[in-house]
Amino acid sequence: AEYMGSMKVLPFAVSRFAAPMSFWSHVEMAPLDPIVGLNELFSKDSNPKKTNLGVGAYRDENGKPWVLPSVKKAEKRVMDANYDKEYVGIVGDLQFTKLSAQLALTSESPALTQGRTTTVQTISGTGALRVAGNFLAKFHNKPLWMPAPTWGNHTPIFAHAGLQLKSYRYYDAKTIGLDIEGMLDAISKIPEGDTILFHPSAHNPTGVDPSQSQWDQIEKVVAQRKLLPLFDMAYQGFASGDLDRDAYAVRHFIKQGHQCILTQSYAKNMGLYGLRVGAMSVVCDSGEEAKKVESQVKIVIRPMYSSPPIYGVRIAKTILGDKDGLYKEWVDDVKTMSGRIIKMRHEMVDQLAKEGSTHNWDHIKKQIGMFCFTGLKEEQVMKLRTDYSIYMTSNGRISVAGLNEKNLSYVASAIHNVSK
Amino acid sequence: QPPLLQSNHTTQQLQRQNMSSSTFKDVLHAPPIAVFKLVADYNADESPDKVNLTVGAYRDSAGKPWVLPVVRAIERLMAEDETLNHEYLPIEGLPAFTKAATRLVLGAENPAIAAGRTIGVQALSGTGALRLGLQFIRKVLLRTHILIPEPTWPNHRMISEDLGYLVLGYRYWDPATRALNLDGLLEDLEAAPEGAVVMLHSVAHNPTGMDPDTAQWERIADVVERRSLLPFFDTAYQGFVSGDVDVDAWVPRYFVSRGFEAFIAQSFAKNFGLYNERAGNLVVVTREAATIPPILSNLQRIARMLWSNPPAHGARVVATALENPAYLEQWKGCLLAMTTRIRDMRQRLMERLMELGTPGTWDHIVRQKGMFSYTGLTGDQVDTLKAKYHVYMMRDGRISVAGLTPSNLDYVAKCFDEVIRATE
Repeated sequence: AEYMGSMKVLPFAVSRFAAPMSFWSHVEMAPLDPIVGLNELFSKDSNPKKTNLGVGAYRDENGKPWVLPSVKKAEKRVMDANYDKEYVGIVGDLQFTKLSAQLALTSESPALTQGRTTTVQTISGTGALRVAGNFLAKFHNKPLWMPAPTWGNHTPIFAHAGLQLKSYRYYDAKTIGLDIEGMLDAISKIPEGDTILFHPSAHNPTGVDPSQSQWDQIEKVVAQRKLLPLFDMAYQGFASGDLDRDAYAVRHFIKQGHQCILTQSYAKNMGLYGLRVGAMSVVCDSGEEAKKVESQVKIVIRPMYSSPPIYGVRIAKTILGDKDGLYKEWVDDVKTMSGRIIKMRHEMVDQLAKEGSTHNWDHIKKQIGMFCFTGLKEEQVMKLRTDYSIYMTSNGRISVAGLNEKNLSYVASAIHNVSK
Repeated sequence: QPPLLQSNHTTQQLQRQNMSSSTFKDVLHAPPIAVFKLVADYNADESPDKVNLTVGAYRDSAGKPWVLPVVRAIERLMAEDETLNHEYLPIEGLPAFTKAATRLVLGAENPAIAAGRTIGVQALSGTGALRLGLQFIRKVLLRTHILIPEPTWPNHRMISEDLGYLVLGYRYWDPATRALNLDGLLEDLEAAPEGAVVMLHSVAHNPTGMDPDTAQWERIADVVERRSLLPFFDTAYQGFVSGDVDVDAWVPRYFVSRGFEAFIAQSFAKNFGLYNERAGNLVVVTREAATIPPILSNLQRIARMLWSNPPAHGARVVATALENPAYLEQWKGCLLAMTTRIRDMRQRLMERLMELGTPGTWDHIVRQKGMFSYTGLTGDQVDTLKAKYHVYMMRDGRISVAGLTPSNLDYVAKCFDEVIRATE
């Protein structure tokens, strides 16, 4: 009625489809993404001491986003190169995919030297997981086993890709650590041939990782059950500061002869979050098989987004390809980030002790990577939110990157107060 | 005794691997996507005469890719801007971009925008916007049928089938008259199931370049209304056709002004030359503002599972250009340059073919609009053009006019002429 003056009024408006008024009057609100919801609450909070320990993005010692110096330099080189804007193929930039696979597996890996791995560029880690999920649903539609707990977006991604999802024991709330016996036992009972998801380092959300010898044990059981391993590697280098150490699990499995699927993200370790830089690799039996697999992966990608964005990937490959220059600077930048996070972990434990907390907070030091499962209960998390304007997800997970010298004592004191 | 494998696994690996075969052994070669395969063949072709008229990407008069000067200028400033970082965008994209893009296609003064009845969600270029919108319609609105023109961009069918739609074709191109088959189109829409999605190209139909005129669009809108079809506008060429962004957006604006609820997929690949930065926007227009939050929340959920959040760079370039009057003028100048060159090539190709006396009629080349022309050449003729003359085009006879240059035009016309005469 309000548009009557300037526009044609239609019989359509009084047709039977107008009776329920609109095409979408039955559309319900979708559940709010927990992280996004948290950010929205945080931005509305007017408390000057408010602290966001929610989203997993690195922050420097001033709580600010940090563009890596090596990335800045690489970006300048990309600008000076005056590259064109032509469509890159469905599988993306081939220099990048080669360098990315080498970063993960090493250039000496037989999976690469034998030419039996296909690597495609993807929309960061999420895109890699989604493409992997859709590919698996078509060509290996077996249940996918995920650690309990796992990244919140794993379930929706893989469910919508069409996979049946199951869980294996992983985190032990009693020890706030890894339930290795439970994990090995659970894996030993998985039906032969199913797919199993691993976080090779810096498990999200717990920060609890198997040791190298524990990975060796896990590999043996996976081999016995003939499972297909899917590695979600979003933190290579970012976890321990050592790129090789963080890739141990993937390299070990491949050395033992497993065919793996590997997803990589450069969001955190290069700080390229919003530029969506990632890759997905499928380690096959032969070069011929890898070609066939790649042709099918293209069929998955084309109806989703046709081809990936180039800008961030040009930055990434400029770094990865400059072995004697930018690559070394990048390794230092990665150590800077992981170093600061490790420092915050130690200082938090010290500060909690200073506050007089009698709990054992060692797990904060033992856990690895961006996140920390504090062990706080949901009521305590809510209290931190309402009484102290400190924001974390309701499972007690904090982003350690959100801590710094300025807010550490405030946060430690608050955590002590709600948990004493 | 471990089974024989063809690869070079070490003995240790063979012993460890008591799997007898690969997980992927049953994976067959998928057929290549035609346009990508042709480009690969073109790249591998060593003939000095080779001409690429396949992929829809603009070329300058030297046949080279063209990065718009306004894009370079903005990128340079962005790279030097210390206040910018690479943080995640919100799931629904860069707000400045989605707002500007939505205003670009609907018109900044559109009452639908002021009334809060529109939403824009950033997506991975046009493909991503189509995917996002079609997935919402299929999985949330639960529509099951989609109508696509015959012919259309092949990915329309691929996306729709991937999402589980029943895909129906509606007549569009009449090869006999080399023109729009309006009667067939109207008949097929009239016979469509109520509530089906109908894919409409806003301007510069891909692959034919043949668009309905305004009177014909009005009749199409009448049928869409009568059958309660859900219009989805694929808008990949706004500004790229006439040089005027408002003229090229007439169709979606007309439908919205008539009160339709609609989806619009926008691509900035061609009009900004940002092909590989994947800047796109999905617009939804509804009749009631109250439906927007639930629609947005569902689109966010779908986007979260496809790509989490969209790539920032291309969107930021477009937003910067559209919001700044000086850049906006520069951009419009670029549009004029591109569209003028393309129209010039159409005119000259037609004239050359007529000069050569090539059998057939050739005025459709100038009646068709935008990047592409449906020449009318047959599959066999196209194959010969590739094999014998190193002229690459799509097998359905589509050429990208942007691939023609003053240097290759005569050669292309001569090849067409020879191939057509040889078939006569």
